[in-house]
Amino acid sequence: MSVAPSEVELPESGERTKPDKPWLTIVWNDPINLMDYVTYVFQTVFNYSKPKATKLMLDVHHKGKAVVAAGARESMEHNVEVLHGYGLWATVSSDS
Amino acid sequence: MDAFRRTSGRGVRARFDAPEAVLLRSLIEQVVDLLTDPDAPPPGTPGTHAAPETPGPSGTPAPPGAAGAIGPAGESLDPGTPGVPTVADLEAMLGMSGTAQAPEDPALARLLPDAYRDDPDAAGEFRRFTEQSLRSAKQESARIVLDTLPADGGPVKLSGEQAQSWLRALNDVRLALGVRLGVTEEFEEQWQELDPVDPRSAAFEVYAWLGGVQESLVQALT
Repeated sequence: MSVAPSEVELPESGERTKPDKPWLTIVWNDPINLMDYVTYVFQTVFNYSKPKATKLMLDVHHKGKAVVAAGARESMEHNVEVLHGYGLWATVSSDS
Repeated sequence: MDAFRRTSGRGVRARFDAPEAVLLRSLIEQVVDLLTDPDAPPPGTPGTHAAPETPGPSGTPAPPGAAGAIGPAGESLDPGTPGVPTVADLEAMLGMSGTAQAPEDPALARLLPDAYRDDPDAAGEFRRFTEQSLRSAKQESARIVLDTLPADGGPVKLSGEQAQSWLRALNDVRLALGVRLGVTEEFEEQWQELDPVDPRSAAFEVYAWLGGVQESLVQALT
């Protein structure tokens, strides 16, 4: 029998083995961005169809925000960088 | 102005009158000034804090109603020690702004927003690694507008890529001006309630015009 070395910290089970927690890209309403422009940006950045992009734009407009993408944290951060380039008010959020 | 139209291929074209070109160029230059990080060295010359090449907003002739509408308030450049790169210089070379703090100026903060809403640590970390490149990208879009918009007006012909730069730069101008004017969803009502001799009335007119230019560009691209 041997004693496990006490100085080695094992990763807490459940934290590292869990599949990637979903992260979200959220776009918030603001009074300056034009509705057609926001729709166009969703089509261009995410390659969404015009109906899907329009629905998301209307969600932003009427509900104050909309989840426009979900996935790995890195790709959500990339989305937010691109959307900030277009001047949209976008944030990353964990899905919880 | 003649509205944007699609050309054969993926490009667009429009025509600006001279006063419109002067106005738009002035506003774009003010956004470039606003986005210039006073702590960052000029690109390519780390450690040498040369004076900026472009004159400040006060040095740029602007039509009435647009003068100083957006640009930063007077700021002083720290001369630093010539030849010795600072931590800020090195971070700038690595594309890091070195700052985790959101800008205090609300117009600049709107152009460079936090990427995390309820997590200041994550927002600060993200900003440290991305803010400098976002500033540069926005300034590059602005420069493409200045390169393709004749100073005395006339035809503007843009490739698909240049049109994207125009879209982003026009939007940055609208964001900065909109924040300065305190524009709300009831923009039309705000404008109507102003006394026509109120200088803000002219700025609202400019803001509305910019919206029309952007709308015409979006229509031409879709």
